Amino acid sequence: MVTKLAWRNIWRNKRRTWITMASILFAVLFGSFMEALQQGAWGNMINNVVNFYMGYGQIHQKGYWDEQVIDKAFTLSPQQLQEIEAIEEIQGVVPRIESFGLVSTTGMTRGALVVGIDPALEQSLTKLEDRIVAGAYLEKADKSVLVAEGLAKILKLGVQDTLVIISQGYHGVNAAGKYLIKGIVKFGSPELNKQMVYLPLPVAQQFYGAEGLLTSIALKIEDQDDIDAGLAAIGEVLDTSAYEIMKWDALLPDLVQAKSLDSAGNYIVYFILYSIIAFGIFGTILMMTKEREYEFGILIGIGMRRFRLSAIVWLEIVLLGMLGALMGIVVSTPIVWYFNKNPMRFSGNYADLLEKFGFEPIFPTAFDPKIFVTQALIIFIMTVLLALYPWFKIRRLKPVEAMRD
Amino acid sequence: MDVIKTKGVTKIYNPDKIPVYALNGVDLLIEEGEFTAIVGPSGSGKTTLLNIIGGLDRPSGGAVMVHGQNIAELSDNQLIDFRKDYIGFVFQAYNLIPVLTAQENVEFVMLLQKRSKTERQQRVAELMDAVGLSDKMDRRPSELSGGQQQRVAVARALAPKPTFILADEPTANLDSKSTENLLDIMTRLNKEENMTFVFSTHDQRVIDRARRVVTLVDGEISKDERRD
Repeated sequence: MVTKLAWRNIWRNKRRTWITMASILFAVLFGSFMEALQQGAWGNMINNVVNFYMGYGQIHQKGYWDEQVIDKAFTLSPQQLQEIEAIEEIQGVVPRIESFGLVSTTGMTRGALVVGIDPALEQSLTKLEDRIVAGAYLEKADKSVLVAEGLAKILKLGVQDTLVIISQGYHGVNAAGKYLIKGIVKFGSPELNKQMVYLPLPVAQQFYGAEGLLTSIALKIEDQDDIDAGLAAIGEVLDTSAYEIMKWDALLPDLVQAKSLDSAGNYIVYFILYSIIAFGIFGTILMMTKEREYEFGILIGIGMRRFRLSAIVWLEIVLLGMLGALMGIVVSTPIVWYFNKNPMRFSGNYADLLEKFGFEPIFPTAFDPKIFVTQALIIFIMTVLLALYPWFKIRRLKPVEAMRD
Repeated sequence: MDVIKTKGVTKIYNPDKIPVYALNGVDLLIEEGEFTAIVGPSGSGKTTLLNIIGGLDRPSGGAVMVHGQNIAELSDNQLIDFRKDYIGFVFQAYNLIPVLTAQENVEFVMLLQKRSKTERQQRVAELMDAVGLSDKMDRRPSELSGGQQQRVAVARALAPKPTFILADEPTANLDSKSTENLLDIMTRLNKEENMTFVFSTHDQRVIDRARRVVTLVDGEISKDERRD
């Protein structure tokens, strides 16, 4: 009868019950939507940045990331590569050899990042071909190069012109070569636009005197949830004392720091949101407790122990909280799903800036059940704690005074 | 046999500020099977005395013995259990639980006593029959008239098989017919089951039926009249 009594009491004042549940529902909805928007925006940003060049993970020779020199190039056996490609969570491996060099034309020299790529594999990760603004993309058998648009402008070069590259090759050999420009690629980042030069991988390996060697393998992982499992599986294939297998957050610490700073700012917003919600819910509990003091007095008067009465009232509020939180999940799910499939679009200068960097100016929500469950749980726990107020009130209640009131 | 015995009971409100003496040394002995009305003007201490006898309030001084047990010495939980098992209450405003049906209201205290379902159902049926509401078992208080609610309250007070019933102005909100009806039920229970009733009342109809009338004035017993 305790549960029956609690349940009936909930529906005794229907308007109050619906208002309380609606406040919990909206709390879960706002919390979930904010969290989904924040996670979605960061997920999109990370996805953009990571797929721009880095990949969600990279393989190098041990120590390469701290000292990025060509002498730390490495090789993997065909069997090792095959085993890595066979890992379920890894959708592709993108080999590269890269180092800095000097690029020249008549009377002018500039520093550049000279990268050897497998054109098809690179396209699958970074969509480099989409950045072509003149000429054509590389083929695997080409002996020509792609030059970033800003660099080409400085050197006053165009498609079909010749570019001379000089660098220090593997173990100190002189690296020098003369290549025809096949295409011009444009990057939104002015920094990259002034320094990127791409060669087909075998040509670059020959240029650096590092046949068969790579400086990095970027990993294509489509589902962010698979990153850890994918990298762990690579750790089973490779000798981790000889190779470093790095996750995107270690490759891009600045991005991680920016995300942490943003999250810290959001905690303040959450705190304010939860405080407003908590006061709302507490107001209802306070009102309900006051309204029912008379009845509490009767129940204690006719022989109900305070503990049991408190448990009923607590159960009522907990049931209310549970219903509100569940309804919050039910309402939040389609809304967040809709904005995941139909992301909000930026407009104006910010959209132009993102597009310039090659990013789609959208703001998708993350659709992760964990978000709804966490938000619902936070609000529910808050309600459970606030529901302790009637315990204190009932503990101190004097039946005679309560009944007189 | 003594059911209730008070010895020098006092009740002082606001003892530290402006003390108000609600009861001033009340000595009262109520025996089993009595049908007693406590009367007196407003503010004379009737309700206070009933609350103290019923363990709803604690005296400032003196002793309240119920079946030889000084209830002033009981802890809060012991007092609650004591009320549940020994005392039936009938309040002026009926005080039924609004979300429970008439039947569930009567059953409620027995549930607190952990009585079996069969026993509870049997007792509810008996009592609802005794108060003439067998056909209103599933009605909620809001669906019953004042008189019917008070009869349910009487059935609820009797449900735990208490040793006495305390009724605070039980007819104050009832019309004449309902009052007569309620008094008939109480008189019958008193006679047939030897149930002890103690009322506080202003109502002459209750006073007329009482076999003992205790008059309180300014927190003291001024008159104690037996009508055997």
